[in-house]
Amino acid sequence: MGFGGVLPIIRRVMVDDRRWLTQTEFNELFSLCQSLPGANVVNLSFAFGAREGGASGAVAAVTGLLSAPVSIVLVLAGLYARFGGLAPVRHALLGLAATAAGLALGSALRIASPILTVPRNMLLAAAVYGLAFGLHISLPLIVLGMLPLSLALSWRLVP
Amino acid sequence: MLTDLALLFSKLSLLAVGGVNSTLPELARIVVTEKHWLSATQFSQLYAIANTAPGPNMLIVTLIGSHQAGVAGGLVASAAMVLPAGVTAALVAVLFSKHQNARWKRLAQAALLPVTAGLVLAAASLLARQSDTGWLTAGLTAAAALLTWRTKLHPLWLLGAGALAGLLFL
Repeated sequence: MGFGGVLPIIRRVMVDDRRWLTQTEFNELFSLCQSLPGANVVNLSFAFGAREGGASGAVAAVTGLLSAPVSIVLVLAGLYARFGGLAPVRHALLGLAATAAGLALGSALRIASPILTVPRNMLLAAAVYGLAFGLHISLPLIVLGMLPLSLALSWRLVP
Repeated sequence: MLTDLALLFSKLSLLAVGGVNSTLPELARIVVTEKHWLSATQFSQLYAIANTAPGPNMLIVTLIGSHQAGVAGGLVASAAMVLPAGVTAALVAVLFSKHQNARWKRLAQAALLPVTAGLVLAAASLLARQSDTGWLTAGLTAAAALLTWRTKLHPLWLLGAGALAGLLFL
C-alpha cells in the first residue's frame, strides 16, 4: 500500500483509524526514531511494537510492515534478472533510473532547503557533501568526524 | 556470501543517520567501486526499481542482496539492515518512554539535520551522475527533481512517465 512513502499511511492507521496513539504521542515517537540511525518508519514500528508487546511485539510489527514490500521487490528482482537485458526493458529502465535520481534529488532538496538558510548548517552540509560525493570518504569516518562537530556547534543554540 | 551481506548491511544499519538514503554514497562506494558486485548503471537501476515498489525506502538493500545471493540473499540483507537500528530504536523507546528529555532530542535533531542533508544531497548527485548519460536522461532527472521538490505529485506518475520516455526515445 505504501507507494511513495509509508509514513502518511502509518500515521493515518495508528492515529486516526485505530487510535493506538494520539497525534502528539505519534510525533514524539517519530522524532525519537528520526534521531536514531536506520529507516525511520521501520524504527517506528520496532519502537511501537516493543513498547506495546516487548520483543515479540517488535518482531510482529516489523514483520507486518516489511513482509509484503520485501516479497514484491523480490519478484521484481527476479523479473529484472530475467528481462533486464532486453532492449525495450533496458531503455525503459534507463528512463526510470534517471527519474528516480530526480526523485532522490527532489526529496533531498526538501530536507535541505529549510535548514540551509542558517550559515552554520550550510557549511556543515557542504562539508559532508564534499567528503561523501567529492572525496569518497567512508561513511563511518564522516559520521564520527562531523557529528560531534555538528553537536558541538548546536550546543549553545538549542535551548 | 550471506555472511558478507549480513556484515555489510548491519554496519550500514547503524550508520543510516536520518534514514537509509544517507547510506547510499557509502553503499555505492562499497558494492560498485570496491567489491564490483554491480555496475554504476545497475546500481541506479536497482535504486529505481526499489522506488517503484510500495514500502519503506530501504528496499534497494533487498535488491542488492537478492542480486548477489537470490531470495535468501535478499532476506538476509533486509534483516541485517533493519535489526541493529531497530533494536536500538526499540531499547531507546522503552527506556525513554517515562522520562522524556526534550532538550536532548532537540539537540540530536539539530546536530543530525545538516549531516543528513549533506549525505542525501551526495546520494542524489551520485545517482544523477550514474544515470544521466545524455540530454534526455538529464532532463528527466531535472524535471523529476523540480516536481518532487515543489509539488505533491505522486512519485509513481513521475516514474511511469520516465520509464515511458526511456522506452520511446532512448
